[in-house]
Parts: sequence; structure tokens; C-alpha cells
Amino acid sequence: MQREWMRIVKHTEVARDTYQLILNGDVAQHVREPGQFVHVQVSQEYFLRRPVSIADVNQDESTITLLYKVMGKGTNALTGKKAGDFIDVLGPGGKGFPLHDLNTQQALLIGGGIGVPPLHYLGKKLKEKGVQVTSVLGFQTKEDAFYVEKFKELGKVFVTTNDGSLGTKGFVTNVLPDLKDRIDTFFSCGPTVMLRAVKEEMCDVPGYISIEERMGCGIGACFACVVESNDDQGYRKICCDGPVFRPDEVILP
Amino acid sequence: MNTRVELPGLNLKNPVMPASGCFGFGREFAQFYDLSHLGAVIMKAATGGKRFGNVTPRVAETSSGMLNAIGLQNPGVEGIIAKEIPFLETYPTPIIANVAGSTVEEYVSVAEKLSETSVSAFELNISCPNVKEGGVQFGTDPFLAENVVREVKDVSDVPVYVKLSPNVADIVSMAEACAKAGADGLSMINTLTGMRIDPKTRRPIIANKTGGLSGPAIKPVAIRMIYQVYEAVDLPIIGMGGIETVDDIIEYLLAGASAVAIGSANFKNPLVCKELIDQLPEGLKKYGFESVNDAIGGAHDETYSSSISRS
Repeated sequence: MQREWMRIVKHTEVARDTYQLILNGDVAQHVREPGQFVHVQVSQEYFLRRPVSIADVNQDESTITLLYKVMGKGTNALTGKKAGDFIDVLGPGGKGFPLHDLNTQQALLIGGGIGVPPLHYLGKKLKEKGVQVTSVLGFQTKEDAFYVEKFKELGKVFVTTNDGSLGTKGFVTNVLPDLKDRIDTFFSCGPTVMLRAVKEEMCDVPGYISIEERMGCGIGACFACVVESNDDQGYRKICCDGPVFRPDEVILP
Repeated sequence: MNTRVELPGLNLKNPVMPASGCFGFGREFAQFYDLSHLGAVIMKAATGGKRFGNVTPRVAETSSGMLNAIGLQNPGVEGIIAKEIPFLETYPTPIIANVAGSTVEEYVSVAEKLSETSVSAFELNISCPNVKEGGVQFGTDPFLAENVVREVKDVSDVPVYVKLSPNVADIVSMAEACAKAGADGLSMINTLTGMRIDPKTRRPIIANKTGGLSGPAIKPVAIRMIYQVYEAVDLPIIGMGGIETVDDIIEYLLAGASAVAIGSANFKNPLVCKELIDQLPEGLKKYGFESVNDAIGGAHDETYSSSISRS
């Protein structure tokens, strides 16, 4: 993990209030697993860094791709950054999806909203390993949807929206019953309420979930982003023990 | 430039240390720089047993600062002695143990156990605003503070610095109570109790509802309190609250602090302690100081002020 001023190569809006940042710098060479994140300092005006998951890595060009959603003043200020500007990045942080340990042939990616991006890099890596990838992407409405075409390059894609404006009306869990018998491992990232529903629906399938929480330091020192665990330790630190966990390892709040 | 500072139990090569709770037990920051650079390390709080802390979310951003309500999460004094102190001992840097508890007996028991280790001093945490029992109760009542300081002093083989809470009307009476009980020094200030509410959810952002405010927003409060206590009580002070630059450090020294601790700035920049240590000699020189000691309490030197106004 390192602190680096990364250069913005490209900054574009990819859906309503959702932006894609391509950054150039050494951090790209240190990403080990899909699911890792970087901790971004918007400016000196905003005190805490923002954890943003890595949506893609190009080590030949030394770039990482981040997607973020405008949630408040800080992320809104981030939208003002332009190509050529430099941005203060700490990373790559955390433990991602443990690809090297996986023995899977049929993977199901289940993403919700701004939880979709890390699954994109995961899907690319799985496809490289010859794994069949199916994706379920959930958004609030059609205007919020992004990266659907990119996931289609990886395999079959099912989209759900809360209002039915794109794909199936409802939540990602509406389409899981028809898919779960055809896969051997699931990978999910999204809001906690979605992860809880996915965990319940997929309880008999091996899988991994990626959790988000407000962070302080992002390196494991401050104990802000803990989640209760199912063992004697009693907790896991999301920023350094995660953000990716086995579903039975943690108790979702 | 001489950056050395001698304090009870602490022979500091420089006056800069990370503040308790903002540095864990150092391991995470050791990946960014050699901890030997630090004047000292103040460990995360130690309590008698393991503590799992408060419900999440535990942090929120504020203007020029942050709120936190971690709730003294730590592996317990036995775990710290077994795993964390041996790691810190690999560096030639004094260790200050932050001692916390819910009862006087717990403070005493933790201090007794830590007295058996290589720690150089205690920072008695009577000011944590984020635990339901103990913590700030001891830090807001001079009678309770005096009692717990005296009991801990009785069993401590190392000097005891008392970390004061700013959540009081009269900081000087709290400092005087600690001095009366035999404290060797003060560390000030802990966080100010604060709160934020999310307009979208209409609920407090932090699950604990209230949290401790830290960062540059609290620096003027800390400077004022240190200035007042320096005039009233003859104890060395470790100053903290919103330090991000060398000028901030010098401001603390001038107010009366003999050393400083850097807290939430470590979250913005994990290298901040080392960078400020490197910049300190040049910063002191810029304002005409020949050593750190030369700057301590400088704002109280009225002859200096009048000589400036005459010239």
C-alpha cells in the first residue's frame, strides 16, 4: 500500500450521478486481487478520505479505473476534477476476491448499484481463467444503470431495476432462484440490505460478499469499519481483513 | 537544531508522537515509514478485558474534522502485552500506554499489568466520550479524577500523564485535581463531544448518536486550554488537537505544550508524523528558535511581546 498523486487520464459520467475515473500511477502495479479498493482524498477541504473500489486495472498502461456515485458534497466536489489533474490516492487496500484459491467453473456475479464496479474487474479475471461468468446487476432505475454492455462481454447478463424501467422489475434476488442451480460460486457486492438478502437466498451455494462501511484510516489502525464475526475474535476490520468475506464469516448488521 | 525534549520518564529525540486511538499499535503505519523516527508512540487504549466497541457507523466527516465513536475497541491488556508491545519494542522509541477502564479497579489493574512491561509512561484516559461507563465520567469531575489518578499512581512504576477532557466548564480545576493527586504530566485535549444528523435519513450519522470531534476544528479550543493550564499548574503538557503542520506544532509549544501528539491527521496522510518531524527544525528556525525548548511556553513571555511592540 502506498500514497501517490495519481494523474487523471479520463473522467466521464457513465450514468446518473455516477462517474468513471481512469487514473495513471504506480498503484496500478500493486493491485493483487479484484475487490481491492483505493482511499481517495477529494481535497484538503474534505477531512476524510473516500474508499472507492477498483473497477478495472491495466498494468501495461499503469492505470486503474474507479467508479463512484455522488453521495454528498465531497463526491460532488470530485466531479470537478479534470483529465490532467492529480489526485491523492492511498492504495491498493484490503483483501479482494481470492482468485488463486478458487476452484470454480460457473460463477455468478451479483452487484447492486455502486457495488457493481469491483465485480467487473473480477469478471474479467474469471473469464481469463476460463470460468463461465453470469452476472445479475441491480439498479434503481434505467438512468442509474452502467457497465451493462461491459458485463455482456463477459457472459450472460440479467438486469433488475426497482421500477422495471430496465430488465426485470424488482431486486437482484428476484432472478436468483432460477440461476443458483446452474452455478458453483457466487460473488456479491452492494448495499448491506442487498447482501443480507443475497446471503439468505444463496445460503447453500459457496460464495463471497464484499462489504462497505464508513472508514477512518482505511489501513486498519482506527477500528472504524468493523463488522461482527462468527468466531472468537468477534470482529473483522473491513478495510484490511476485507472488504471481501465468506458469507458465514461475518454477521451483517 | 536541537529537537530533544526531556519529560518525566521520556527522553524524546523530537517532540512528535502519534495520538492514542489514531495509530493502532503502529503496525499499519510501519509499512509507510520506520517508526524509529517518532519521538514516542502512544498506544491505542488498553482496558482490562477485550472490548468490541460501539455499533457502526462509527465515524462521520465534519467541517475541518471528524466525529468518531469507536468505543475503546482493543484486545485487552493481556493481548496488548502479548502481541503489541513486543512489536513496538523492536523500535528504539519510547512507548506510552494509554490506560482506560470503567471502574477505578479496572484502571488500577491495567496499570499494574503494564507496569511490568517496557512502557516508559502511562497516559491515563479519563476522557473518552464514547463509552457508557467510566471514561469521561472520571474526566469531568475533579473529585473522581483526583481519586483515580491517586490510585493509579500508587501502583505505577512509570510516570503518569493524565489525558484531560475538554468537555468541562473549568479545565484548570481538572488539571489542578490531577496535580494534587500526583500526576507527572498532562495530555490535552481529548475530543469534544459532538453530533451530526443526516437530512436524508433524519437520523444521527453515528450509531452511537454522539461522537468525539477531532481535527483542525478543535485546535483553538486546545490552544486556549493549554494556555490556561500552563499558567496555573506546574506540570508538563503533551498537546494535541488538529495538528497538521509544523506551524501548528509551534503554536502548541508556544501555548505551553512540551511535546505534541498528532491524531486524525494520520488518517488523511499516513506519513504525516514523519513529514512533520523532518520539517520541524526548519520550521523552528524560521521563527528564530534555536531548539524546541526555546519555544515552549513562549506565548507567556510578556517581555518578548513588549520588546516586539517597542521595536
